[in-house]
Amino acid sequence: MADSSQKTLRIREFPIDENPGHTYLNHEKGILSWLFTVDHKRIGLLYLGSVILFFFVGGMLALLLRTELLTPAQSIVDADTYNQIFTLHGAIMIFLFIIPSIPAALGNFFLPMMIGAKDVAFPRLNLASWWIYIFGALFALYSIITGAVDTGWTFYTPYSTQTGTSVVSMTLAVFILGFSSILTGLNFIVTLHKLRSPGLSWSKMPLFLWSLYATAVIQILATPILAITVLLLAMERILGIGIFDPSLGGDPVLFQHFFWFYSHPAVYIMIVPAFGIISELISTYSRKTIFGYWAIALSSLAIAFIGFLVWGHHMFVSGQSELSSVVFSFLTFFVGVPTGIKIFNWVATMYKGSIDLKTPMLYALAFLFLFTIGGLTGIMIGALSINVHLHDTYYIVAHFHYVMMGGTVIAMLGGLHHWWPKMTGKMYNEFWGRITCGVIFLSFNMTFLPQFIMGSQGMPRRYFNYVDQFQGLHQFSTIGSYLLGVGFVMMAVYLLWSLFKGPKAPSNPWKARSLEWMTSSPPTHHNFEYTPVILHGPYDHHKPMKEFRMGVAEESESPDVIEIDKDPA
Amino acid sequence: MANQSVATEKKSHLQHHFVDEDQQFESSKMGMWIFLVTEVLMFGGLFVAYIIYRAWHPDLFYEAAQELDVALGATNTVVLIASSLTIALAIRAVQLDKIKAAINYMAATILLAGTFMVIKYFEYMDKFGKGIYPGESYTYDGLEHEMAANFFSIYYMMTGLHGIHVVIGMVLIGWMIIKAKKGLVHSGYYTPVENTGLFWHLVDIIWIFLFPLLYLID
Repeated sequence: MADSSQKTLRIREFPIDENPGHTYLNHEKGILSWLFTVDHKRIGLLYLGSVILFFFVGGMLALLLRTELLTPAQSIVDADTYNQIFTLHGAIMIFLFIIPSIPAALGNFFLPMMIGAKDVAFPRLNLASWWIYIFGALFALYSIITGAVDTGWTFYTPYSTQTGTSVVSMTLAVFILGFSSILTGLNFIVTLHKLRSPGLSWSKMPLFLWSLYATAVIQILATPILAITVLLLAMERILGIGIFDPSLGGDPVLFQHFFWFYSHPAVYIMIVPAFGIISELISTYSRKTIFGYWAIALSSLAIAFIGFLVWGHHMFVSGQSELSSVVFSFLTFFVGVPTGIKIFNWVATMYKGSIDLKTPMLYALAFLFLFTIGGLTGIMIGALSINVHLHDTYYIVAHFHYVMMGGTVIAMLGGLHHWWPKMTGKMYNEFWGRITCGVIFLSFNMTFLPQFIMGSQGMPRRYFNYVDQFQGLHQFSTIGSYLLGVGFVMMAVYLLWSLFKGPKAPSNPWKARSLEWMTSSPPTHHNFEYTPVILHGPYDHHKPMKEFRMGVAEESESPDVIEIDKDPA
Repeated sequence: MANQSVATEKKSHLQHHFVDEDQQFESSKMGMWIFLVTEVLMFGGLFVAYIIYRAWHPDLFYEAAQELDVALGATNTVVLIASSLTIALAIRAVQLDKIKAAINYMAATILLAGTFMVIKYFEYMDKFGKGIYPGESYTYDGLEHEMAANFFSIYYMMTGLHGIHVVIGMVLIGWMIIKAKKGLVHSGYYTPVENTGLFWHLVDIIWIFLFPLLYLID
């Protein structure tokens, strides 16, 4: 007998409308209904469009850099321009592309759907965060026009207080973009705490959401430090406050501490959401319950925590004390533990699964391969003695491209293909998807594997010229980068084709079990026309599909309702 | 005010994606607390800079702090604590549907905040008159320590960023007065006033830390 504090929920199965007439895409029409929408799905697509645009811009800059490096001497641009291009490539890729990429685009779209909510907790704040992002991007653009920054994306003092380029407007752009990032993180945390559907306990949350939660925590805790750092840097340039400037009694190493206290955790803002996507892909395309749910979920939080304790490994040769270097090196190795836990659990999930090599799964496998290289080389350069040799060489460049591009971008592409039918209601071409994945995988390795070799032989990063012995490897790398560009063009072509001419997608083409697949493709304006009730975990592939389509029944609905007691929310 | 009208107005404040009032209120409040965490961390960066410079140059902080006016700083501390009381009373008044009293309390808060800013203005002007500017423009020769300018850089950054927050708080409270006058906040829906109050308490508590750290160095 339920006591008076409990209420009874009447639930029943809700069939999915396979041919939805009314969707979030045609709910309202006109450009303004997109630019001022508060629908999390449309905001997700706004973000997706924006980050793809900036990925394109950053990518073109990268191709310019690679073209310049075809010859040991000057090829197409002069040295100062080269400095500006690599700075812009880094700043655009980091602040405008990779930080908002997975959370703000795919996360915005799927986080509320995965917990059965109608929207994020603060829809207007969500829209504001996109507008603030665009505003920050305009500041960055202004800075490019008035004198593109040539300091590297790290803005190290004292050079950044002396260079004649527009450091102030660029740092203000970073400040504004950080604010946008904070608002997204804040929104996600509150949404996950307060808006979960009946029955969706923390233990039934898809792992993508655990990773977004860990990411949001880092965004909240680290980004304010970036804000104050770039503010102090701007004040250093405007007023000469002398906190970081050695000629005024300040300390440039203090700037590096401040900067990396944000920017190292920010590395995990970039990669942890990718881990979440991989968990979804591996389980779905192996048709198997994820192995070690809690191990994967908690390892995301562990990475978020340890990530705050290792920033000093960027400063081994910056003049911090030897003791600090030893401690930071020691702590750095700890990051490998939760990361390794994830890799082993993913591999264990695939073991004896019925693996379906669809395009998203191919990306997941590419991720496992590339990220493992990126991660293991990270352990190597975390070792103090090796780091002193490899510091600021192409080895570092190759390492973080394997993690950021081989990890985050590859996972995002996997997620993009996985959720493409849900977002657009159209299927992409599986054959071209697989071919393109192969092209990207091979050309990525062509581009960056030679950089490990060059780096270990002493080729410094950010150099405009180089000694002749590296020419062969540089040219090989450049050709790889062109092929990589071709791969992305191929993807753009077949995805655009799918958008206009592609076959209609069913509601659940991959037979996944998480909640976003239990509604039409594309979803309706409110995601679900009922309040979902969750009885099973998101990876329970052994249970019948209809048990995943339960929702709160209205009064006097069909006769076969199930009654369950539930604690008041 | 009749219960009936409160109940109907209550409903109109519930946004479509929340199940009920409680969920909406708790979400807003949690969001505000998380935002305050980011504020604390942002100021935290400045506090770290303060700690590091003070650890390196304890004599500098002792000498330079003598230039600051303890009486004015203490007055400002009292003013801000009083304003925290008035905003708390305003929230209570809104919860009890005493909208007129709430508006008066909020106006008093703005007045106190204004007093704080005026006192701060005179303090800054006094410093500028002596040539105590932040960083490079520093020309004052009353202090012998070669790093004197750095102390005042930190002083201006900390109190300046705090001052900006005081102004933002004044704008927010003004907005709440407009909301109250339009009858948009009442016992059934006082979330924005409550959150503004939380923000104002943060502004207050940061000053409570700044005052002893900058003025009372012995």
